[in-house]
Parts: sequence; structure tokens; C-alpha cells
Amino acid sequence: MSTPAVPSDRYRGYKGRALDLLKQFGVGVWSLATVKTTRGTVEGLILPRSETFDDLHIVLKIDSGYNIGLDVTTIEDMSEKSFKKADYHIPERVVPRNPALPDVKLLGTGGTIASRLDYRTGAVIPSFSPGELYGAVPELAEISNLDTEKIFGIFSENMGREQYIGAALKCGEAIRAGFKGIVIGHGTDTMAHTAAVLSYMVQSSPVPIVMVGSQRSSDRPSSDAALNLIHAVTAAGYGDIAETMVCMFGPTSDEYGLLHRGTRVRKMHSSYRSTFRTVGDIPVAMVTREHVIPLRDDYNHRRDDTNVTIDAVYDDRVTLLWFYPGMKPDIMKAMVDLGYRGIVIGGTGLGHVNRPMYEALKYAQDKGVHVYMTVQTLWGYVQMYVYETGREMMELGVIPTGNMLPEAAFMKLSWVLAHTDDRDEVRSRMLTPIASEITEREPHDGYLIYQGGIPEVEEFVSRHLK
Amino acid sequence: MHTDFLTFDDYQHIGLKCGLEVHQQLRTRHKLFCKCPNTSYTDHYDAEILRHMRPTLSEMGEYDRTALMEFRTRKEILYRLNRDRVCTYEIDDAPPFGLNREALEIAVEIAGLFHCNIVGEIHIARKQYLDGSIPTGFQRTMIVGLEGWFPMNGRRIRVRQLSLEEDACREVSDVGHRRTYFTDRLCIPLIEVVTEPDFRTPEEAWQGAEVIRRTTRVTGKVRRGAGSTRQDTNVSVSGGDRVEIKGVPGTRYIPHLVHWEAIRQRALLEIATTLKHRGLAREDFGDTWKDVTELVRLTTWPLLRDAIAKGHRVNAIRLPRFKGILNHSLGQNRRFVDEVRDRVRVVACLDSEPNLLYCEDPLPNVAQRIWQRAAVALGADEHDSVVLVWGAPRDLQTASEEVVWRCRDALTGVVPDTRQVEEDGTTRFERVLAGPNRMYPDTDMPPVAITAEQLARIQARTPAAPWDRYEILTKEYGLPDDAADALILDGNADLYLKAVREVGAPPRFASHLLTNAYRRLQRRWEAPESIPQEGVLDFFRAYVAGRFTREVAYRVLERLAHDPAAGIEGALAGVPQREELSKLDLDARVHPVLEEHRELLRARPREKAEHIAMGLVRSVVEGVARGPEIRQSVARWFDLEEVIG
Repeated sequence: MSTPAVPSDRYRGYKGRALDLLKQFGVGVWSLATVKTTRGTVEGLILPRSETFDDLHIVLKIDSGYNIGLDVTTIEDMSEKSFKKADYHIPERVVPRNPALPDVKLLGTGGTIASRLDYRTGAVIPSFSPGELYGAVPELAEISNLDTEKIFGIFSENMGREQYIGAALKCGEAIRAGFKGIVIGHGTDTMAHTAAVLSYMVQSSPVPIVMVGSQRSSDRPSSDAALNLIHAVTAAGYGDIAETMVCMFGPTSDEYGLLHRGTRVRKMHSSYRSTFRTVGDIPVAMVTREHVIPLRDDYNHRRDDTNVTIDAVYDDRVTLLWFYPGMKPDIMKAMVDLGYRGIVIGGTGLGHVNRPMYEALKYAQDKGVHVYMTVQTLWGYVQMYVYETGREMMELGVIPTGNMLPEAAFMKLSWVLAHTDDRDEVRSRMLTPIASEITEREPHDGYLIYQGGIPEVEEFVSRHLK
Repeated sequence: MHTDFLTFDDYQHIGLKCGLEVHQQLRTRHKLFCKCPNTSYTDHYDAEILRHMRPTLSEMGEYDRTALMEFRTRKEILYRLNRDRVCTYEIDDAPPFGLNREALEIAVEIAGLFHCNIVGEIHIARKQYLDGSIPTGFQRTMIVGLEGWFPMNGRRIRVRQLSLEEDACREVSDVGHRRTYFTDRLCIPLIEVVTEPDFRTPEEAWQGAEVIRRTTRVTGKVRRGAGSTRQDTNVSVSGGDRVEIKGVPGTRYIPHLVHWEAIRQRALLEIATTLKHRGLAREDFGDTWKDVTELVRLTTWPLLRDAIAKGHRVNAIRLPRFKGILNHSLGQNRRFVDEVRDRVRVVACLDSEPNLLYCEDPLPNVAQRIWQRAAVALGADEHDSVVLVWGAPRDLQTASEEVVWRCRDALTGVVPDTRQVEEDGTTRFERVLAGPNRMYPDTDMPPVAITAEQLARIQARTPAAPWDRYEILTKEYGLPDDAADALILDGNADLYLKAVREVGAPPRFASHLLTNAYRRLQRRWEAPESIPQEGVLDFFRAYVAGRFTREVAYRVLERLAHDPAAGIEGALAGVPQREELSKLDLDARVHPVLEEHRELLRARPREKAEHIAMGLVRSVVEGVARGPEIRQSVARWFDLEEVIG
């Protein structure tokens, strides 16, 4: 996500030799300049330079629209022809409310779900007001009335306690104000984490809460942003599923989106549009431009009232420990000594760590630290009775969490520990599912990972849009 | 050489200006932004995906006009994927895997050949394309060189820029609202050479394309074969505007296309003048049309009848003061109405033939009374024209808008289009010519510096430009034009010069070997490129040393190509070696063969008989002695026969 350049900075991004050269010839950023070099003369608009690039080049946008970099050692002379400051003010357009359409609240946390391009400078500018959104995605104006509020603007990997609590409180506000649904724009990196924690913090919502983002940045013509937004707003405004969900692409084709329960969804590929998947179960629904098609009937249905339970607390003294063979107990002991109150372990197999770790588990137990077990395999249940290792670990106070995803368990423990430190209370809350973070059973279609290269799989893929 | 349709002065008079944008694929191991192989095309595919393209608002709250047009077509784009040709990058599901440095260096090399100024730091840009030919919706492209030139007919043709970019998908089909592509060609490295509009005649444009083609090939690092080079031509005449012609199938079509485009533009300017004389102004075109489905319902004309039966609607559109304009010729049996029909086809995706009817259509269509009724409904008079379009509601809306806009633009004269070449040698509207404002920086990759050291290294290995070579080959070595051309085009000019200069190979012989013999070998699947340079030079050394004769040269070369590791010695092993035979020794081999066929030979007149005799002794002495020597030996036998009687 890019932040717009501050127009008043005459030498933005330039340092060292490049900066000296600009000053020497009295030109700067946004100067339309003629530059004489040993490799020829060139005319163009001097652009800001990214801070992480070297000090040996000056960037120019030339007439054809391309950018080029000039080697400072080749520059003989620079003169300014004219100067025009960049102005990122975006004209506001008022969009009238259509009483026939549902009112949907759109909360922005930082992911760029829509943007504009300043072709003159090449900057990508986030768009967020309803006018801008309707301009970027005209279909939205026919789906719902959008009320947008930017609650913060950060990369999703920088989310934390403050943001989770803030988002939950804003959801509460929106519900009480009578909105028919809530859409939350969010970066995809930790969207699943936020979806999980909001599932605990916002309970018994009468309306859908739909998280949405984009895998390909929204300035691209091919971006999934617009379609994701259309699906999300459709689900929020018209869908019957009053839960916290993630809405992203089903296949990588522009076919349909999927609504995943916030506690069972995970980002499974670093870049594919179809990266979000429900783990250990089937998604709640498919969503197209026109419809929400539930894939099951055991969901919380939409209600007409505006009642909701907001329980927005969070203890950030919880950590996630990904076990590896050869792990030494000192790591866990250090976590305990540093004051962490809860440790979620990603264990191997059915939920195991190695023997040397036992003394650390004992140490944690004695210090009253709450230790919970999840599986690195992501799919499947923790089952610690089957092997001796597991049984021994449970003696040492490790508590299995059924089929909670490691990230969902981490979020839950952070939320639970903000309520109580009583061992039994914590255990009771952790193991009592609020929003399907633990499910009683896993049907056969909870785990459908098919391998490429197998003839029947390739045959199936070739017959359907991927 | 091609004969122009008009004279040079004629083209000057109409102010013809022509420029070229030549795309040339590079030969590299990998594609430009990923590690997929840069290899042959294939129609086999393992999976398909579906996408749509949307334009991005500019900071002014507007859309780039090309993007808007593409968006109006509401196309579904289907991509066919072959597992071995594309990866997640091509289907826009992963960021780029870095810039291919091999490709960059070749681009810098070629830019140097064109005397371009090489930029200090490469910045990769995104150029938006919404027709679906690139899954990301933009092409990653970068400028490598600026302001170059090349010589042609004693002038300098200016090269505005040379850029390096990724190639796009190959189109499979485009029917209605669905367009299908193969993705194998996607991301193959491409250089684009853009000239200034310095070509003054169609012939010059063609020559220019040939020079550019030869120049890129001189490096030996470009792909060959169908589709590896594509040239787009820009044409304008005085009072007109730039029109881009894409998809020129081969350089030899350039003169034809340029000429007829100039004629088309002149016709459009005539139309504009006529309309202005009639007092027509842009404001006279309201977006007024009427739904005349009920008026037309009982027609027997097939396309319209079927459309109505399907539930489609029909609009009648009034074109003020347009009488006769739709029939105005644009050259090549095309008329202005065809331009309007093309718009309806491309933008509204109504591709029936025809997709539009007009009252002055000489071909049979709906009954006269329908035109009369439509005219009354529209309030049209005898100076106006009336048009009928039909289709599903949204397409019909788009179609009606396009008709009005295109006819209103007739007042402008020449509309800046991108046009596509058709099989019959005409061009059709493909899309609106893009504005300069659809480029912005690609932030997925950092800029790449081209240092002075790198430049020097690349320059040191750059071969001489073809125009330099050409001079040397034709003047110094007396080769005919086509032989010189063939050597340069095939990339063997350097090798040739080494052979004649360093090894002393006879110029004509060497030229014949490195062109005709090489090409013959290629057709028979032996790959002469597999013979390393030294091997070829050894070949010539052996020839100069008299190890084999001209007659068996091809066989030696063939053996060398077949097994280059065995070297020249291996190649010579299976071929008769030249021997220093005295006349007596030679006769001792030749004459017995002729003795055997005495009856046959004596029955013919001498000249014919000698010819037959040469054929008979070939297997015995070919390669052992030179042709003339064998002929002399044969002659001696005939002489003896005559003496003996």
C-alpha cells in the first residue's frame, strides 16, 4: 500500500550525490527539466525517488509516459522549463441514498480495496469515500448504500491489540445504528487472524460481518478487488448468514466468491487469488454477483433487532510456538520468564513435542502459564491419548484444543486470558466453541487436497475453470 | 522491389507520414519475468481460467478512453494454460520472479546497433491493456535506449526509442462476449523498435522494416520463425491523425497497407468537408433513437425476423444530413457504413453480418415502407439517413451509442484508431488508439542500473551493423545483393568474413556454402548451428588445402553437421579424398569404366556421350580429382576412340 507523496518536499527521496546535483542545478521534484548528459539530451518530469534506492540516479518521466533513470555521473547540465506541483486532492462526488437498497457499513483498516492512478506521476492513490468506490466499482451503486469509515490505515501484519478492540467496538456501533451488514476492508496477510478474534469479540450479531481484501492490488485491471467487494457487499446487504466471515475468491477465475467462517479460514498460498480456504470443513456459502448460496444450514440467521454482545478485550502476553525436532527447552522457559501468560503450541502429528521439552512444560505448569496444543498439519484433531508422548504431556498440563487452527487458538487464548487467569475457567472457555473454532466432527469433505499430476485429477481440472 | 501506387511527389502532396513499431522476440533460455522456458508454441492445454478486466480511474475521475471502450465490451476472457509453458506469474497469481538479465543485455546490444542513448537506470513500467491479451491487464515494459537512428538510402531514419517488454497471449477466438487465448507466448522477451514518422512513401516504410529486421538478426540472438517479428505501422496524412495498423503479416504487405490507409484517410477528410458544407455540427447529434420493434415486427428479412422472435429489440437512429455519406467509398470496396458496422461489432459484440441496416443500402433488406415509417417516427427528412440496429437490450444500447458517436466523429475526419489487418488486405477498426496516459511505474521490481562497465562489455561483443556488413560483402567481395542479404539475415556474415579473410576461402564458394548449403541442411533437419565456428573454419581450411573437391563439399558439410564432435577429420573419413593423381593414374581409373559402356557411349553424339560419361564415372572418381580434370580424362578417352575408330 503506498502513501501519497507530500507535495511540499522539493527533493523527496533523493540523497547523496543525486541530491547534490539537483541542488547544484536548481531543479527538484516536479520540475519539467531539460537534462544534458554524455549519453544525449533528455526532457522530462523529475519524479520523487524511493528512499530504498541508490543515490546514483535521477528519475525522469518522459513524454511517452515511461520513466527512466539518469546516471548522475553522466549529467552535465539541468535546467528547469516549468514547475507544477503534484496535487493529490481528489474531487468529491456526492452520491444520493437509494431507499430501496440496504445500508451497509464499510470499515477500512488499511487494505487498498480501491484505488486511483495519477498517470502524470505514477502514484497509486487509495480510494475510499463512497463516491470514489462507486466510481471505481459502479456496480456497487446498484447493490447497496455504502457508509464508509476509515478506522485505521496500516499493513495487516502491523495489526494488534488496539486494532482488534477498536474494530470490535466499531462493529458494535454499526450494528446498534441499524446497518443491515458490515464489510471490513483488510489486508489479506492477517485477515484470518482478525476474522477469528472478531468472532469471539462480537457475539450474536444480528447481521453479517464480512471481511474482504484483494490479492492483486486494486490499481490493476485484473484485480480481484472489485469482484471481492461486490460479493462482500452483496453478502453483507442481502445474505442471511449473521456471522463473521471472510469473503474472497473461490477459484482463481472470476466465477464466484466463498464465505468462510472467521475461525476456520486460513490464507493457504502466498499469492493466488484463491488463497483463502476453510480448513477442516466446508465453507458457509458461495456468493456470486447476484446471490448468496449457502452450502449448509447450521448458521446464525439474520435478525431484525440491533442487539449484539461486544466483549472487546485482549491480552497480548500470549505467544505461538512452532515445534521442530531438536527444539531445546530453554526457548519455552525464556518465554515463561519474559512474562507470557499463554503459549499455543503447533505440535507435530497428533500434537507432540520432543522429550527434552517436558521440563519446560513442567516449568510452565508450575508458573501457572496456560499451555494449549494445536497441530502443525492444520487439518485434523489433536489427539493426545493415542501415544505415550501425548499422555505424558497432558500430565504436564498441556491441553488439547480439538481441531482449532493454531492462529484461531492463539487469538482465542489472547481473548480468554483477558477475562480470567483461573486455570479451569480458561480451560472451560477455550474448549467451549463460540463460532465453530472447534467442530464436533470432520466429514470427509473437510480435507480435499488433491495432488497435481495424477491423471484423474488433471482430467477433472481440465474440465472445469480453475 | 515493389512498385508504389503513386509517385513520390503524390505522397508528398498528401503529406503522407509513416512510422514503424517493430516487435522482435528474443532468443533466451527463460521468459522475461519468470523461469518458464522460452520455447515453441503449442495448442495443447491442461486447464482454463476465466477473468474480466476493469479500467482504473485516473486522478481526474476519468477513465483512459481505450480502457473505457474495452470495459464497454464486457468481455469474458478465457485463458488456456499449458503446464510446461506458464507458471503462476503468467496467470497473474504471483508477482514477477525478477528481470531476465540475458534479455536485458541483448536489448542493450541491439539498442547500441541503432545508435541509441542507453538509459542509466532501467525503470519498469506498466502499460495497461484491457483487451485481455495479458492476464494482469497491463504489460510490463521498460525503455532501454532513446533517440537512435539508422541509415537508409542516404538518409537517417530516427529511432525514437527501443524498449524491452513481455509478449502477450495468442488469440484463439473472439465471438460475442467471450474471447479465448493461449498463454504460451505470454512473457516471451520482446524488443520494440519505434521510429519517428520519417518514412515518406509506402515503399520506404517497407525498406525500413527490412533494415530493422536485418539489424536485430545480426546479433544472432533473436527468435526466428512465424510470428517472431511483428510490425505495426503508423500512418497519417495532412489534416488527418495517426492511425495504427497492427498485425501486419509480413513486411511485404506494408506498402499495400500504407497506401490504402492513406487513401482511406483522404476519403474520411472528404466526408468531413462535405458534412461541414452541409452545415452539420456536433450538437446536431442528439443521442436520439427510437425503439421501432413494433414497426418492424412483420418484416420478412431473416436476421431481423429472427432477432425479434428471440425477444431482441430494434432501434432506428437518425443521422442528420447524412444522405449519401454511408455509401461514400473509402477505397478497396469499403464504404463509410463499414466503419460504423465495425464499431458495432467490436464494442457491442454484435457480430452478425450485417449487424446494421441503412436506408441507402444497395443490397436487399427490409421493405421500403419500413424505412418510411422509421423516418416518420424519427422526424427524419430527405437530407438525413436512417439506420436500424437490433440486439439484446444492453448490447442494443451500446450499439446505438456507437453508431451516433462514430457518425458524429465523421466531422473530425480521421479518428485515431488502432486497426487490424484482415485476410483480404483491408483494415478494420480494432480499438480506440490509446492515449499516452495509461502507463505507471511497476513497483514489484526495483530499477536496474546499467553501468559504464556493463555497457563497454556489451559494446565490445556487439557485431557490426548490417549496413556496414552489406558494404563490405558487396563491394569488397563482389557478392550479389541477395547473397549478401542471405548471409546477414541468417546471421552468418561474421563467420563468412572470418572464412575469407583468415582462412582464405574463395568468396563465392564460401558464400554458397554458408547460404544455400546451410539452408539445404536446415530443411533436412541437420542443424548447421551445431557446428562450432572453429569446425566451419576447419572445413574451409581443408578445402583450401585441397583435401576435398567442390563437388563433395556438401557431403563433407553434412557429415560435419551430423557429428560435429568428430571434427573435420571425421567428416572427411567417409568421403573420397582428393588425391594427387597424374593424368595416367586418373585415366587408369576412368577409362575402364567407359570401356564397359562403350556401346552406349559410341551410339551417341560426342557432346551427349561425354555428359553421360561424366555421370558414369562419378562414383569412381568424384572427390578424388577435380571436375575439370575428370572431364579432361573423359575427353582423352573419346579422343582415343576417335583415333582408334
